[in-house]
Amino acid sequence: MSIVIKNLSFTYSRNTPYEKKALDNINLEINEGDFLGIIGHTGSGKSTFIQHINGLIKPQEGEIEIFDIKLTPAKRPRVDLKALRSQVGMVFQYPEYQLFADTVEKDVAFGPKNLGLPADEIKERVKQAIEMVGLDYEAVKDRAPFELSGGQKRRVAIAGIIAMRPKMLILDEPTAGLDPYGKEQILNLIVHLKKHCSPTIVVISHDIDEITRFATRIVVFNDSKIVYDEPMRELFKHSHMLNQMGLDIPRAVKIANALRYKGIDVSDDIVTAEDLLKEVVRLYNKKHNTEKKADGVSFDLYDFSQKWAAAEDEKPTPENAPAPDADNITPTDKQSE
Amino acid sequence: MRDISFGQYYPVKSFIHSLDARIKILVTFLFMLSVFFIVSYTMFFFMYLAVTVVIAVSHVPFKIVLKTIKGILFLLLFTAIINIFFTSSGNVLVPIHIGRIDMSITDQGINFAIKMAMRFTLLVIGSSILTFTTTPTELTDALEVLLKPLNYIKIPVHDLAIIMSIALRFIPGLVEETDKIMMAQKARGADIDSTNIFKKIKAMLPVLIPLFVSAFRRADELADALDARCYNASSKRTKMKVFKCKASDIIAFVAVVLFIVVIFLDKYLVGSLITPPDLGGLEVQGLDIFLYNLFTLAV
Repeated sequence: MSIVIKNLSFTYSRNTPYEKKALDNINLEINEGDFLGIIGHTGSGKSTFIQHINGLIKPQEGEIEIFDIKLTPAKRPRVDLKALRSQVGMVFQYPEYQLFADTVEKDVAFGPKNLGLPADEIKERVKQAIEMVGLDYEAVKDRAPFELSGGQKRRVAIAGIIAMRPKMLILDEPTAGLDPYGKEQILNLIVHLKKHCSPTIVVISHDIDEITRFATRIVVFNDSKIVYDEPMRELFKHSHMLNQMGLDIPRAVKIANALRYKGIDVSDDIVTAEDLLKEVVRLYNKKHNTEKKADGVSFDLYDFSQKWAAAEDEKPTPENAPAPDADNITPTDKQSE
Repeated sequence: MRDISFGQYYPVKSFIHSLDARIKILVTFLFMLSVFFIVSYTMFFFMYLAVTVVIAVSHVPFKIVLKTIKGILFLLLFTAIINIFFTSSGNVLVPIHIGRIDMSITDQGINFAIKMAMRFTLLVIGSSILTFTTTPTELTDALEVLLKPLNYIKIPVHDLAIIMSIALRFIPGLVEETDKIMMAQKARGADIDSTNIFKKIKAMLPVLIPLFVSAFRRADELADALDARCYNASSKRTKMKVFKCKASDIIAFVAVVLFIVVIFLDKYLVGSLITPPDLGGLEVQGLDIFLYNLFTLAV
């Protein structure tokens, strides 16, 4: 068990007229290897919650145990917060706003330097972190972070965190304010980091379609409390309740619901776009007695759709071309059945 | 940082909160002037009593008002000490001579020090009552109205008022921003919480640079937003909230003016009616003379 949170409560500006309850008796366990998504609308307490895990906020009530470090409301014993922060990396919303150094290299080195590491180790970590986030180390290391593009800045900021080699990484709205291409890259980066850098990842996001692409478990915050804590595939059984809390459900679930409403019998297990595609292909095969395959070892909708677009470009005349793959079957075809 | 309080508005409903902001500013101004005319402990007593009543009526907890004094505690002590050691009139209580400098403690010095400290405290409490019970917007609007006559000597009062209200409006945003950046740098192991002052100063740099960058960005955005709505400071504009003097405002104003008249009478009239006692340099003024005489009579 890597992180255990017990009866955690927190109130901002306690005992003043500005008093605001942010967390109300939170209990949660985060296991090593979890890919945890946190959803909940603005002011539901999720940001306050993750700040606790990093020791940025001292618990007012309850306690938190993180990799054998214990955080309690008591003043003593003093907790080695630096040790904690080197193990739990925290990427805030719009992390590019925290860049300050005159070169990318210095900025990424800030974290490892604060950990008191030797110079050659810092240099090596910085190089590795910059490459890990998909930037060319030699090309960017001496540039000022402020002259990079928005998506690049964000990746530099993330590099600044992973250069501390945390065992666990928390990201707050990592794709906020990026263009679709930048979003795609950050999402792929997160999956990459899970494999190669921090085995435990917690992501806060407003975009449920984003979360369902990688999270294996989802925690829902509402009104300072945890209302659901379920495996990703189980959560959307509560679609109705989620809607009532003002939370969105994945587009694939919406489409599947629409199909059911139209009287088409699709399986219960549709959460992601890939699931929907597989199901559509299955129904197509059933109807036309064909054997089109939609599953494989790595089934990636985005990858397929790119392949299809590329194949489409090469074709001389699109009219008489045969259907190349399962990818051009869309839910609209389905509905005409 | 979130709990920061700089004489901030305290959002409750009360008689004092509902008073016209212009009246409140005027009254506070008069109050501050009058504080320098209080000479007797009797009047200090009545003034503190009045201030206590006002605080009670304003529903702002005493604890929060008293917090503002904490900020000037050093100044209070400093002036008090200066007064005690460097007042040479009065009867010497403890003779201290350093070289040729006479630093003896006299009864008049202590008298001065106490009165000065009481004045300072009154000034700070008085002005904080104003800011606790008046929103920044009301304050700037009221100031704009009160300073309007300056327009005739070509001082752009409206521009100044806008600058002031924008500056005030930015404070909470910047505090929040500072808070966020601090957290982000702390998450990267910055020594912001360090007790070592040099480490702390060094750790502020990674906070200040992003803060400035973001302040300039916000200012740019605000300027664009003002431009986009064709904002023009020199054109005549009407107010959404027009100040109206209610009967209660006038009553409050008159009450304060009467109180100030009493202070003046105490300073200038009482002393000329009753002869102050001769205590060898220790001054007894105003109604204190009366009390002193009563006391000596009783003894």
